[in-house]
Amino acid sequence: MLEIKNLHASVEGKEILKGVNLTIHDGEIHALMGTNGAGKSTLSNVIVGNPKYEVTEGSIVFDGQDLLAMSPEERAHAGIFMSFQQPVEIPGVSMTNFMRAAVNAKYKAEGREPIKSTDFLKEMREKRKLVEIDQKLVSRSVNEGFSGGEKKRNEIFQMAMLQPTFCILDETDSGLDVDALRIVAEGFNKLRTEKTSAMVITHYQRLLDYIRPDVVHVLIDGRVIKTGGPELAQQIEDKGFEQWKTEL
Amino acid sequence: MNEDNNEYVRQVANKEYEYGFITDIHTEIIDKGLNESVIRLISQKKGEPDWLLEFRLKAFRYWLTIKQPDWGHLKMPEIDYQAISYYADPTKKKDNAQNSNGEIDPELKKTFDKLGIPLEEQMALSGMAVDAVMDSVSVKTTFKEQLQEKGIIFCSISEAVKNHPDLVREYLGSVVPYRDNFFAALNSAVFSDGSFVYIPKNTRCPVELSTYFRINARGTGQFERTLIVCDDDSYVSYLEGCTAPMRDENQLHAAIVEIVVMNRAEVKYSTVQNWYPGDKDGKGGVLNLVTKRGHLRGVDSKLSWTQVETGSAITWKYPSCVLQGDNSQAEFYSVAVTNNYQQADTGTKMIHVGKNTRSTIISKGISAGHSQNSYRGLVKVGTHAENARNYSSCDSLLLGSECGAHTFPYLDVHNNSATVEHEATTSKISEDQLFYCNQRGISTEEAVGLIVNGYAREVINKLPMEFAVEAQKLLSVSLEGSVG
Repeated sequence: MLEIKNLHASVEGKEILKGVNLTIHDGEIHALMGTNGAGKSTLSNVIVGNPKYEVTEGSIVFDGQDLLAMSPEERAHAGIFMSFQQPVEIPGVSMTNFMRAAVNAKYKAEGREPIKSTDFLKEMREKRKLVEIDQKLVSRSVNEGFSGGEKKRNEIFQMAMLQPTFCILDETDSGLDVDALRIVAEGFNKLRTEKTSAMVITHYQRLLDYIRPDVVHVLIDGRVIKTGGPELAQQIEDKGFEQWKTEL
Repeated sequence: MNEDNNEYVRQVANKEYEYGFITDIHTEIIDKGLNESVIRLISQKKGEPDWLLEFRLKAFRYWLTIKQPDWGHLKMPEIDYQAISYYADPTKKKDNAQNSNGEIDPELKKTFDKLGIPLEEQMALSGMAVDAVMDSVSVKTTFKEQLQEKGIIFCSISEAVKNHPDLVREYLGSVVPYRDNFFAALNSAVFSDGSFVYIPKNTRCPVELSTYFRINARGTGQFERTLIVCDDDSYVSYLEGCTAPMRDENQLHAAIVEIVVMNRAEVKYSTVQNWYPGDKDGKGGVLNLVTKRGHLRGVDSKLSWTQVETGSAITWKYPSCVLQGDNSQAEFYSVAVTNNYQQADTGTKMIHVGKNTRSTIISKGISAGHSQNSYRGLVKVGTHAENARNYSSCDSLLLGSECGAHTFPYLDVHNNSATVEHEATTSKISEDQLFYCNQRGISTEEAVGLIVNGYAREVINKLPMEFAVEAQKLLSVSLEGSVG
């Protein structure tokens, strides 16, 4: 369970989050929608511990642990994963080596021996099929020369390898054509277990047609101003965010 | 960067250089200072023939007439050549008794054990013969007798002077003449030990030959001299490793390596240089001022230099190749890492003399902390070097914003049929890349290691297997604490 209370955060001295409250129970999918610059990406970056963002007030508790006291890698080991909006390229580091380092770091944190090469390669092969990623992409450097869609698919592939319990999909649908969107979303759905929860950030209903949210939040100007069921997303699709502007 | 990273930086910055220990052993050190009588004393201690003493004296007299070069992109501390002792022998027992039975002092054995270089042959690294040099003297050469059966000579250069004087006399100074440069003249005057290798015709050396250099005594310099001759249709792979204790003072290391490659012969020379780099504030460290050159005398001959340079306060070194034999091929693969206040000015010279000669230069510089890292390379194509080809690629990787990377390529082409290509890139490890790794559960330390090793892979892959693994670890360790 992820519990965010009165979260304030700023980037480069400017306050972006102005008291966010949000609780995501195990197994739930929450959609986070809102205008550009409302703080959606800030919220996800704060959850994963990006040092560029400064938390000035509030708390985040994940499965009983004080998340804000943990390093980004400790949060990852605890089961938190973010599919980046703009995955960065790391030239010279092959996807295989990168993934092996990530899996072994997780194993180490769990007190397990490093993964055997044969097991690892088998795992890679199986998970690759899930998001229909070509072997050629995996033998390349991390995200280097990947198209926008390939980068997003590669994020979900990494999610498959690391099997997190809480996932953030930060505009995973942006830049994807209909087919790619379906592959990514279906891949995600196949990976879900009963315990997996997620925060899905999107501007569009179409991703939510595949990944059905239990709860929808509207974030505007650093605060959650409306929470509702899946119908809220449809309402936004039809009428936009203007309808709440007066409530600010 | 955040608190955690700062804490991490603090921890590793205080981490000590792994090989910084001092061996407590009686060492015979001659008085400090440099003059003709010192040179005569060194020559006498080594029981050298007159021609070698003459060689030393000529070099010394020439050295007196020239000035230390200052063209490197380096801030060189003033070196007081009279404040250095030019000969230190850790193998001499206190009572002056010669180690006539050939026993090695247990302290010396322990030292090399600690460095991972066991001197007992039954324990020795598989597939590798080692010459272990501490300060001015070769302590032990392993597998000498077995190699001798094939006619391969692998011994200290002092021994070679005694047992194979004709070979040494023929080749010593034939690739790097004492007039070559200031430090070459100095080395020629005072050189102590180093290795000598001779591979006879039609012989493939069955093991890797290796020299391990260790500086131990305080207030001394190390002036080693290595000479490798690979005769027609032969092959040898040679490795060199080096470490030194942590000291506040700078220690001078001015070496010469000469390689002669005959018809259709091939030499691979690999270096993993890990001299003490000084502390995190730039205090102490080895001044590594080295002249290395190979002469591809024969047709179809091959020479490759591979270096992984992580140590030394200052590195001034340009392993070079003279491609004289027609169709000869030369390669230079280099990774130079500088951190804290280290400075490196390193690169190569490819001198194309013969027809259809080919050379490749792959240089990867990695700078961190407040360090300065320069690539300096010359590609020269002579008037008779028809169809000579060179390809150069010089990449720089920056970690942080306080360090510097520089590239100084020189081209000097006198033949229109030559093809010379040069590529250069500069890149930086970004905080976004590190955070991406962190989010996947990979620590910053490991992420830097992954990125740096990925960047240097092309060069590391050229090293023999055991060395490649060592070099990878070394790269990560050298850069610990560099990101923050």
